[in-house]
Amino acid sequence: MAPRDDTGPREFRIVGTRPVRPDGIDKVTGRARFGADMVMPGMLTGAVVRSPHAHARIRGIDTSRAEALEGVKAVVTRRDFPAEVPEDHLDVLDNCMAGDKALYDGHAVAAVAAISPSIARKALKLIEVDYEELPHVTDVDEAMKPDAPVLHEEGGDETVPAAVSRNVMHRYEYGHGDVEAGLAEADAVIERSFRTAATHQGYIEPHACVASVSPDGYGELWVCTQGHYMVRNTCAGILGMDEGDLRVTASEIGGGFGGKTTVFIEPVALALSRKANRPVKMVMSREEVFRATGPTASTSIDVKIGMKRDGTITAALAELRYQGGAYAGSPVQMGAMSAFAPYALRHVKTIGYDVVTNRPKAAAYRAPGAPMAAFAVESVLDELCQKFDLDPVEMRLKNAAREGSKASYGPTYPRIGLSATLEAARDTAHYKAPLGPDQGRGLACGFWFNFGGDTCVSMNLTPDGTVTLSEGNPDIGGSRASMTMMAAEELGIPYEQVRCTIADTGSLGQNEVTDGSRVTFAVGLATIKAAQDMIRKCCQRAAQVWGIDADAVIWEGGAARPAGPNAGKFAPMTLAEIAAIASNTGGPIAGHHEANAEGAGVSFATHLVDVEVDPETGAVKVLRYTVCQDAGKAVHPAYVEGQFQGGAVQGIGWALNEEYIYGEDGRLQNPGFLDYRIPVCSDLPMIDTVIVEVPNPGHPYGVRGVGETSIVPPMAAIANAVSRAARVRMAELPMSPPRLLAAIEGSRG
Amino acid sequence: MTQLHITTRINGDTVEFLCEAEETLLDVLRDRLGLTGAKEGCGTGDCGACTVTVDGRIACSCLMLGAEAEGREIGTIEGMATTEALHPLQQKFLEHAALQCGICTPGFLVAAKALLETNPEPTEREVRYWLAGNLCRCTGYDKIVRAVMAAADDMRRV
Repeated sequence: MAPRDDTGPREFRIVGTRPVRPDGIDKVTGRARFGADMVMPGMLTGAVVRSPHAHARIRGIDTSRAEALEGVKAVVTRRDFPAEVPEDHLDVLDNCMAGDKALYDGHAVAAVAAISPSIARKALKLIEVDYEELPHVTDVDEAMKPDAPVLHEEGGDETVPAAVSRNVMHRYEYGHGDVEAGLAEADAVIERSFRTAATHQGYIEPHACVASVSPDGYGELWVCTQGHYMVRNTCAGILGMDEGDLRVTASEIGGGFGGKTTVFIEPVALALSRKANRPVKMVMSREEVFRATGPTASTSIDVKIGMKRDGTITAALAELRYQGGAYAGSPVQMGAMSAFAPYALRHVKTIGYDVVTNRPKAAAYRAPGAPMAAFAVESVLDELCQKFDLDPVEMRLKNAAREGSKASYGPTYPRIGLSATLEAARDTAHYKAPLGPDQGRGLACGFWFNFGGDTCVSMNLTPDGTVTLSEGNPDIGGSRASMTMMAAEELGIPYEQVRCTIADTGSLGQNEVTDGSRVTFAVGLATIKAAQDMIRKCCQRAAQVWGIDADAVIWEGGAARPAGPNAGKFAPMTLAEIAAIASNTGGPIAGHHEANAEGAGVSFATHLVDVEVDPETGAVKVLRYTVCQDAGKAVHPAYVEGQFQGGAVQGIGWALNEEYIYGEDGRLQNPGFLDYRIPVCSDLPMIDTVIVEVPNPGHPYGVRGVGETSIVPPMAAIANAVSRAARVRMAELPMSPPRLLAAIEGSRG
Repeated sequence: MTQLHITTRINGDTVEFLCEAEETLLDVLRDRLGLTGAKEGCGTGDCGACTVTVDGRIACSCLMLGAEAEGREIGTIEGMATTEALHPLQQKFLEHAALQCGICTPGFLVAAKALLETNPEPTEREVRYWLAGNLCRCTGYDKIVRAVMAAADDMRRV
């Protein structure tokens, strides 16, 4: 069978339409089973004791009174985990269950399993932990000072300069050219410092799992996660199990945004189950989610940009300092890589410092590291536009990276869509609409790398010709719909003839986490190739029946057809007809594809926002919002729009309200949705979207990931709008009413 | 452990259960009665994922004790579709892609149904304020608001 020519423009039959998602009915009727909805026979309830201190040495833990309570079946501390674990799992284990020190308010120190939630809660109070309080630090700039309290005595690696604190774990540097020479060519140089607060992903479903380890050492885990293969590998590593001895099933997942790309309670539940010899269910409270899971980094950033009067950027420099909580691994590397990615610059340099503080270990949050960098860079660009009276779109078009531009982080871009998103924004009615008093319009661009990674997909043909598609990535926002669409598109059959399942870890090979905006790209690519594999096999079966060469069979319109000299000699055989006789032609028919997917195209967006500032209170109202983003090819446009809208609104929260607030005692003061205020329905206008489609050369349909880029521009766009409306440059997030009011009053002198 | 014996009606059926005095209605629905459609997103009445109706009015079931259900009429997401058809709101949520992860969806649907029973012709602003007690982190609310407006429109035509 001749493979389809994937190079030219193609007409799609299903891709680009808006069918109802296959898991939709379960989700509107309450049938869908999320993490906390699972019950196993004989199940216990697990609960965690957490440190009330920001930094403390654990001198001892007395669990005897808890163990003696009737109904308590197991208590675990760090001693119940192996003393030696693989190096790459060490920090994760220490974060899930503290060792010698509690490193932040909320750090787990012990856990119990009991026959009811109320007994488990009582048992928590009977566990006595002997703490020696230590000095703490929660601010990134404070933590970098040489005399700051030190979290890890061993300090950072060889990249870190000698003079800084041992809390600096790594230094990154990217760029090219000669920044000083570039700055000398500028007509103006603006240098500013920015700060952003830590924010939480804010998924509505708290972490939940049910673990069952049987006496033969075999384990099962039901869990809400963005990656059950990651959960398997990490938990097995932490608990000293063989990966094959732990079968993990992903529940429906109630949001993640990066926050469910690691483990917290899962190894603890397995350890409790192993000790109690009963299944154990663990569900975090919202307070635990805020105190002990991974928010994103808080940051402190300096940006310096030189520009000519005509808008040409001559040089750009940024130093980024991100604290990622109590362990190395803040997203500063990606901040440093992405900061200037939208622009073609001759002279550019970024330096990033990864800093630890007494806060929960940061987890990924949608385009990790990029939004803060974009906030700083796009703010300075806006200020330069104001200085030279330049149009924000035209200035950016003048400097925009294009095909062939060398990115500030190294590679040379293939075909990209930044300019197309800028032109789309310029062409909206929104861009030309008049503004009223105290109103301002802000524009900003954003970039995300996107990712491919290990992917394994299996497709089976049932005897009646239905196709069952098994993939290994939890569906966090409609991906089963897009996989089903791509499978049906490639096979030439109706959408309704394909059924997509998220398989457990026992059923497929390794799959990377649902992250990096990789699923629609990489799993979609594997699905298309698995379909091509199935088509090849179907053509062979037809050729066998017809007694002709398999190369003389083509697949068209969902059927095998004789081609070339045999064209028209035999009636086409549909997928259902081939399925019906499969047993007689060689047995079941399946298609597979396994690969480390490459070619995830980068994605750019331009956001446009109008705000109104109340000069008496400092309150900001978002009046109008438009997202223009390159999707490559939108498989299911409604869910692409949804990603654009959701990212923009998370960005609105980050810009205006959301922040982790720590007291002098190093304790989190707002671990709940009342005081950590995410945007609600009445805060917002409709979020308009323009889907730009500049095909990704690395995907047969042109697909680019869309999930993350949408959160990169909002804070910058809103800061630019607020700064223009209030006539004072805002350089710290969130731009909450007290902060904005102080800035307005300060600017009045 | 002394348990309370409660008799109530849930989605039109008479239901009896035992619960501890401290158990919330949400705990009872989920852990004792297997009605896991209502979700616990916060446990403090801030997110609305546990929204049910009590004698026709919406309530956060995490803020009510199970024992308080005695003699009441409780409505949950499981009672929203009839045996023949989805409720128009459920249908419009599907058609408008008004859910991504779906964890908040039951709460939004129960709350929106109560809105349309109170106000069959809500403005966008009224929809937004009525649903301000339900948090969604995925959608930015745009498609949810559109779905509710579309359902209201459909229901008025019937």
